[in-house]
Amino acid sequence: MQKVFSRPEKMRIYRRRIFYEMEALGLNSIGLTAIISVFIGAAITLQMAISLESPFIPRYLIGYATRETMTLEFSSTVVALILAGKVGSNIASEIGTMRITEQIDALEIMGVNSASYLILPKIVATVFFFPFLTILSMIIGIIGGYMIAALTGIMIPADYVEGLQYCFVQWEVTYSLIKIAVFAFIITSISAYCGYYAKGNSLEVGKASTRAVVSSSIVIMIFNLILTQLLLT
Amino acid sequence: MIKAEHIVKSFDGRTVLDDISVEFDAGQTNLIIGRSGSGKTVMLKSLVGLHEVDSGTIYYDDVCFTDLDFKARKRIRKNVGMIFQGGALLDSSTVVENVKLPLDLFTNQSEEEKMERVNFCLRRVNLDNAHKLYPSELSGGMIKRVAIARAIVLNPRYLFCDEPNSGLDPQTSIVIDNLIRDITEEYNITTIINTHDMNSVLEIGEKIVFIYQGRKWWEGSKHDILHADNRELNEFVFASAMAKRAKMVETTEDGHNGRRAKQV
Repeated sequence: MQKVFSRPEKMRIYRRRIFYEMEALGLNSIGLTAIISVFIGAAITLQMAISLESPFIPRYLIGYATRETMTLEFSSTVVALILAGKVGSNIASEIGTMRITEQIDALEIMGVNSASYLILPKIVATVFFFPFLTILSMIIGIIGGYMIAALTGIMIPADYVEGLQYCFVQWEVTYSLIKIAVFAFIITSISAYCGYYAKGNSLEVGKASTRAVVSSSIVIMIFNLILTQLLLT
Repeated sequence: MIKAEHIVKSFDGRTVLDDISVEFDAGQTNLIIGRSGSGKTVMLKSLVGLHEVDSGTIYYDDVCFTDLDFKARKRIRKNVGMIFQGGALLDSSTVVENVKLPLDLFTNQSEEEKMERVNFCLRRVNLDNAHKLYPSELSGGMIKRVAIARAIVLNPRYLFCDEPNSGLDPQTSIVIDNLIRDITEEYNITTIINTHDMNSVLEIGEKIVFIYQGRKWWEGSKHDILHADNRELNEFVFASAMAKRAKMVETTEDGHNGRRAKQV
């Protein structure tokens, strides 16, 4: 870690690499995040509408429940788990392959701090970009819920919109963004570590990739609990 | 000049380099030869500091490399170029980006100056038309040539090559060998090459060190190697048909040992 956060050789090169990583790890994850969010938003609305079918429960609570689920848990924690699979395995296999094909050795020979050169831009890129994915996921998930309400007629869309505005607490969005920033750091650093210390052949790179996804998922779940306790109670 | 004194390196209790002392001269093509698994690559990687030696010292000219910390070693490493067995080009970068990387990181040159240097190095290795290609789009010989261009872009004083001919056809191997030899002479570089290609040994080996079971077994020149009185070295050298022919030619030309030549 100390090596990763040591002073970069040339800031300009690092800036360029940060933008490259933002595209590779962030922009390229928009499609997956959007597709999953729209379906989950729709499914939550549908499930809530079926479960809360009682004359004593106001219908707008369906919109409220969808918003809360998306904001508090899905768009940060579940999206982080999905990204751990996509981005985490990508980082571990990329750096692992660089290790076994001596590309990291080549950087070291040039006098480059390879850990900092390869890992720091990825950490900065994900910590800054993943919160945008969370915001996007919240918006698209809620739109998914609205679409299913409007298309199936299971509830009046106006009730859904009323529920979205009901008891809105801005801190919940901030809490979610803090969580995803922490999760981004966890995913990137654990995956990069697994890749950087990969040894041997392509089989080992595969193992490093699996280890990266499993370890980051577990650590994400643990930190989800810790952060919820710290920030919401 | 690079000098190693009594270097020892072990992995998991298994000694790979056992008390090796050797001196590699500047402006010469120095070769480390030996069978697969004899410790050549570990030797080369220990010399450049990719492996830390268990004991012994390594000198770059008068500087004791083994005593230096990471930061101090960086100063020496800026004078080191290395060609890895597989080329070790960065997969996500084009040919130009790969060659330009050391200039980007360690010089304050303008973009025009950097491109001028990159173009010069690529021309030097006869690679004029691959600027925008990625490593996956290059042939084995082209990858080696880009690796050489990247290794010489900062005008290194020391050049290390780990089996530069592996995976190449004989014709391309000769091109790569000649290129390394020419660059060594042109810029007065201390070049150390790991190889088990007898063609390279007989063509460009000015100083040859034979490693056997982790120990320095023999050292000499390409002229001495065919007549060395060393069983392990002879077994290694004359496993190659080319070396056998070379010795036959030498002894026949000599005129005195015609009978011996037939026996080889």
